[in-house]
Formats: sequence, C-alpha cells, structure tokens
Amino acid sequence: MPTKPDTDAAAIVLDKEAEVSADAETLVEIEDLEVHFGLRGNFLSRLTGRGGGAVKAVDGINLTLRKGEVLGLVGESGSGKTTLGRTLLGLNAATGGAIRYRGEDIVKYSERQMRPLRRKLQMVFQDPHASLNPAMDIRTAVGHPLIIHGLVKDDEEYEAKVVDALERVGLAPAERYLTKFPSDLSGGQKQRAVLARAIIADPELLVADEPISMLDMSVRAKILQLMLDLKRDLDLTYVYVTHDLASAKFFCDNIAIMYLGRIVEYGPTEEVFADPKHPYTKALLAAIPEPDPTKAVERELPRGEIPDAARPPLGCSFHPRCPVALASCGWEARDLRALLERRWLEMPVEEYAKEKSLFADLVALGEPELNRLAIAPGRGHTEEEVLEYLRNLREEGSAAQPREPFWSGVVAMQAEGGHVVLEFEQARDPRLRLLPETGVQVACHLYDGSGGE
Amino acid sequence: MTTTTDAAAAATPAAGEAGEPVLSVRDMRVWYGTERGPVRAVDGVSFDVRPGETLGLVGESGCGKSTLGRGVLGLTPPGSAVDGEVLLRGTNLVEQSPKQLQKLRGPELGLIFQEPMTRLNPLMKISEQFEETLRTHEKGLSKQEIRERSLEALRGMGIPPSRYESYPHEFSGGMRQRIMIALALVLRPAFVVADEPTTALDVLVEAQIIKILADLRKNFDTALVLITHNLGIVAEACDRVAVMYAGHIVEQGDSREVFANPQHPYTKELLRSTISLSTTGLHYIPGSPPDLGNPPEGCRFHPRCPVAMRGCATAEPPEVQLRSGVRSTCWHQAIEVDPSLADELGTDGREPLAAVKEISVADEA
Repeated sequence: MPTKPDTDAAAIVLDKEAEVSADAETLVEIEDLEVHFGLRGNFLSRLTGRGGGAVKAVDGINLTLRKGEVLGLVGESGSGKTTLGRTLLGLNAATGGAIRYRGEDIVKYSERQMRPLRRKLQMVFQDPHASLNPAMDIRTAVGHPLIIHGLVKDDEEYEAKVVDALERVGLAPAERYLTKFPSDLSGGQKQRAVLARAIIADPELLVADEPISMLDMSVRAKILQLMLDLKRDLDLTYVYVTHDLASAKFFCDNIAIMYLGRIVEYGPTEEVFADPKHPYTKALLAAIPEPDPTKAVERELPRGEIPDAARPPLGCSFHPRCPVALASCGWEARDLRALLERRWLEMPVEEYAKEKSLFADLVALGEPELNRLAIAPGRGHTEEEVLEYLRNLREEGSAAQPREPFWSGVVAMQAEGGHVVLEFEQARDPRLRLLPETGVQVACHLYDGSGGE
Repeated sequence: MTTTTDAAAAATPAAGEAGEPVLSVRDMRVWYGTERGPVRAVDGVSFDVRPGETLGLVGESGCGKSTLGRGVLGLTPPGSAVDGEVLLRGTNLVEQSPKQLQKLRGPELGLIFQEPMTRLNPLMKISEQFEETLRTHEKGLSKQEIRERSLEALRGMGIPPSRYESYPHEFSGGMRQRIMIALALVLRPAFVVADEPTTALDVLVEAQIIKILADLRKNFDTALVLITHNLGIVAEACDRVAVMYAGHIVEQGDSREVFANPQHPYTKELLRSTISLSTTGLHYIPGSPPDLGNPPEGCRFHPRCPVAMRGCATAEPPEVQLRSGVRSTCWHQAIEVDPSLADELGTDGREPLAAVKEISVADEA
C-alpha cells in the first residue's frame, strides 16, 4: 500500500500555522491552584494532632486555556502534571485557588453540580488496556456517557451516535466493532475506542494523560494524527499531559514545564523549544535520546533525581540539581550531605572511610529545611579538623570547572562550642515572571534581576 | 529461514571486528503452545555478541524481542520449546539441563529486569541483598571481600557508599534500577540481557542510566543485549543493533551505520515514524504486526511494505551481508548483492505489489 504521509504532513504543518489567536475566547482560567495531600504521619504525630505534613502535588499554578488551544503539561513523574489534569476535571479536590470554566469557579462545586459539566470535560487515560471495562462490549462502553447523561431518547438514536463516534475515530465499519470486547482489540484500537467514548457526549475540553506512551512507535503517530483530526472537526481544546517532550513539541501550541508541583517555564511551544530559559527545561531537552547519529551531541546531565515531594528543597526546587544555581536559590543542610556523598563516590574506600569519620552523624545532615547547621565532629576528631576539611572543600569547589554552586549559598562557617556552624543565605522562592518580547514566563532567579549573570 | 545464503553469511563475522564472540546464537526458534496451535515467537534468528559489546534489540511489542532475551537465558515459561544453538563460549545452552543452567546464571549469565520498584526485597538492606547474591553464587568469599566487591559495583553505578546499609524504600526509582544493575554486575557475568531497563523511568533518569550502560562497555568486558523499543537509546548506547519484526531479525549491523543508512524497508519506516524533536510531520506504518500464530507467507513485512514486489508475497527473502557489513533480510538487497537470486521470485516477481486490498484505518492501529 502506498504511503501517503507527505501530503498529510504538509497539511498538518499548515494547520499548526493557523495558531490560536490571542483574542480567542478564554475557556478555562486557573488561578493559584493548590492540591495538597495530607500525610498521615506516625502514631505520635497523629496523637498530638500535628499530622505528618502534606505533599504539595500542585502548588500555586496559574494558567489560561483558550478555546481551540493545545496546552502541554510536561514534567517527570512526581511533578504534579497528572494531578493538575485530573483536578481540572474535578477528579481530585483542590485545596485552594480557583478553576474558572467559562467564568464559573468549579472548585467549590459539589459532585451533583459537577456532573452535568463532566459532559463537557472529558479525559483520556494513559493505559488503554485498563480504561475499558473488559466485561463491556464496545457498544456499551462507548455509549455509556450517553446513558449517564441521559442524552438519547431511544435505542435507535443511541446506536446512531455510537456508530458515528466509532467512525470518527477510524473504527470503521463500526458494525465490525460494536459487539467486540476490549480483549479482541489491539492497543491502538483500544485507545481509539477510548477516544470515541470521550467525544461521544460532545465535549469542549479533553484532558489526555499520556495518551500514546503505552503504544508502539508505529502507532503513536496515528493516534496523535487522529487527535489532531478530532480537534479540527469537533472544535476541541486539549490539555496534553506527557513526559515526552518530542511529541509535545509537535502537538502543543503552548507548553508548561512542571517541576515538583510548580510551573517553571510556560509559553508558546516554539519559543520554549527554540530558546529554553529555565535550567530544568534545558536539562530535559538535552536528555532526549536522538535516533539520528548525525545529530547526537555530548551532553551534561543534571545530577540526582527529582526530590521527595513530601520534603521539597528550600527555595527553588531544582537548585540541588542545577548547575548554575545562585546564592539565594535555597541552599540548606541536606545539600551538604549530597555534596559529600558525590565526592566520596569517586574515592578509594580507605580515603572515604577517613573523611567519613570526621562526621559524627551523617543522617542529621540530611534533615530538611535547616538554615543554620551545627555539625558535630566524629569521635577522635575536633571541630577545627572538620572546619579545615570543609574550608578545603570550599576552595576546591570554587576553583573547579564548572564551579560547585553549593558554596555560594554558604554565608558563614566557623567553629563554635564544639561544633562547626554553617549558615546559609536566606532562600527565596522564584516566581513566574514574564520575559518581555518572547511571551515566555519563567520561574528562575537568573531572570529576575537578583544577581544573575 | 535456513537458506544456504543465510548460513554462509552468518558463519563469517563481519570484517574488521575483533574478538571471539561470547555468545553465538544460530537459527534459534522459540515456540509457545496456545489453544490456537503453536505460535513461533522467535523464528530462526542468528547473531553474535562479543566481549564488551552492546547489542540493541529493537522492535514493536509482540515481535519476539523479550522472548528472544529470555530464550537465550533459558528462562522461557512452561509450555514453550526452544530449538537451535545458543553457544556461550562453545557450550550450547539449549542442551543444558535446568540445573546446569542455574549454575551458569550469575557468574556467566545475568538479567536486568524492567521494573526496579518490584525486584528488590523490601525487607532486606542493600548490603544484605548483595551478601545473599554473592554467597549464593560465589561460595567462600570473606565478609570483607563481599563488602569490597559490593561497594565497587555500587560505586560504578553512582550509589554512594554511605547508603550501603539503607533499605530499598529509601531510594528513588532510578537509584533502585542502578542497584539492580549493580546486583547483576557484581557477579561479573560474561553476558547480560537488559530487558527494557529504563522503560518505567523518567527522561532524565533514563539518560543517566543510558550513560552508565555506555560507560559499562568501556570499563568491563561484559557483553550486553539491550532490549528496548526506544530507537534513540539504541543509537546512543549500542555498538550494534538488531531490528526484529514478527519473530525475525530483519536487519542487523553497526548501530551508527544502520541508523544513518537504514536498508530494510521496516527499519526505514520505523525510523520515520519515530517522533523526535526534529519531527515536523507525522508518519506511520500502515497495518499492524501480523499474528504470529498465522504469519503471512513470503516476507513477513510485505503486507505493510511500501516497496513490496510481487515475489515478496510468496518467497521468503534470504539474509545477505552488504558492503557496509550490515546484514539485511529483504529481497531488494538480496538481488543487489546477488542478481541471480532474482529467479527465485519467479516471472514478474519484481513488479511492484499492487495494494491488493486497501488496509482500512481500523486495521492499522
């Protein structure tokens, strides 16, 4: 069979050029949205009523979604992108802020008020194998929203709507699929059926949570193409949740890069990809493996991994991994432990043991949010030895190429009453700030005039 | 696929490659018994892996790549049968008893699993997991030796020695996967299969692990088969690549060469349909992979192939070695290498295969 993509591809490129104009109607406005999940904590903390703190899955997010726009929420797992998408549809309860859908704040809506709206707000889940009931045939599964919302008068109308939805998603002739069960379908076909179910009640907004990540390479492009077709034919607005920057680059008009519950960079896709501003965005882009060997480049990967959301770093959440972090990015005691562990990784065992014995309790260094740190020297060592050791480290780190950013955050270091006391610069949270001319918002101290280069 | 050309090509290693292979697979087949009859998940594949070499095994789900990886290690489930030769330094693993195979696992054969979150015993400290592994496979090591070996393996994977006494839950997903890799490597196996080691992980962590795997081949002499569906990973971390389709290896060779100049139509189409940062238009392969219980006749890719010829539908293509050292199983290259092979296609065999029936969209996905 001859392939036809070249002309199709050209058509898509043209489609994309007809960008969503800035004066398009605003569909959803998200303001300071917060979704916090309480932790149970241990027995004692429950007894004293203090609780175990909270995971700030979504922590103060502002977004505007215009009609016909495709917004990409991109981030690693634990960044809060899925929670944000689900909260948009009322599937998670927001703990603060507002979501205005056509001007009405739906955060405070009860389940009963929410239900009629769900018709207009639909979701496509990541795993097509798990989002269809294995005991329901396709006719029942796809038509289910029609029954729930009471949208049809009789069986005839029901059948006609189901057939229409199936044909729209390419499951044609629909008669062949009506009586099939999910187990008879391939992954791509299941995802098509899920899309059919999502569009059958005539929605306005579709939140697609990693709709292609469980599918094979050769099928992914087909489902993305189908989503583009549906958007054009049915006048849909998409929120596309993904960790895959490559598909987001192709698919989205605007993109919001999330890290630990916050947006770190937000703007038109083209701008963000052409000139990424936030160090995290840069790192993400550099990490994508490139199948074309002629385009592959050597890259510097950020150290470490996404931190525990229950104990997020001070200041900018990305600072422990950031190669260009500044003094006020939120340095704290934990970062010293990470620094020491990185150093010891490259040492012979005996030297490591010697250096480690300088410290009485490494775990104490790992406590979060310590702005002032008192280090107890290990048995047989004095605080002067520890101070000397840390001073040497600081000199080495400041002279190294690239410079170790940790030391810029240490404002004082002295021996005091049998301990070495480290004081850190006061942490400041970076706020999203619009960079004029590019239309990109970025949350990073490098760009807010607070001592960036 | 036991044509003479195939055997001849397989027997002569590509020019310029040094070192005796650690593992030689010849005409290996794996069957599964199902209610609908036998399914040939792997159907006559041959390849070599040399010391310190990484071979990437790519293909869509259901093409038999995981089955091949398990089959090589003798880990296929009950109800399956393995045939052919899997030579590990001259020993045919297919003929070994389960007991003999179990002895080889660890010191000779290793496996890195897909899901790091579920493969470590949550009740054992990292140190205990290493002690157990080393005690089981290498008896007579002293406590001090065990500690040194474990710390060295962990350090190679970027796990700080200060975390040696921690429990698995204290580590993130990426660190757990690195601990899994260290656990497989601490026994210094000659040959390791890594089955989608980064699929459950994030982009940045994936890139870190790929870097570690790439360093691995520099520092150790471990031969590695890396099973993945991510072509970018293969391009970055593998010396050679084998592309699988419907139980066959359709193209194999130097990974830079294969990605720069893909020969087999399936490899070309797969590369084109991959969405990367430079993607400006969507492309996809029509149709879907065949049912392995009843594969198409001739070349198994012909129903989806944009350049299929009439003969492709009836005659199975031989594997031929091209000048670049790449081996491809496609009639187009076969005829280029040896024009006399064209006879096997029959009269008008080289006419383009007209799209007999339009593949409906629904069949595609």
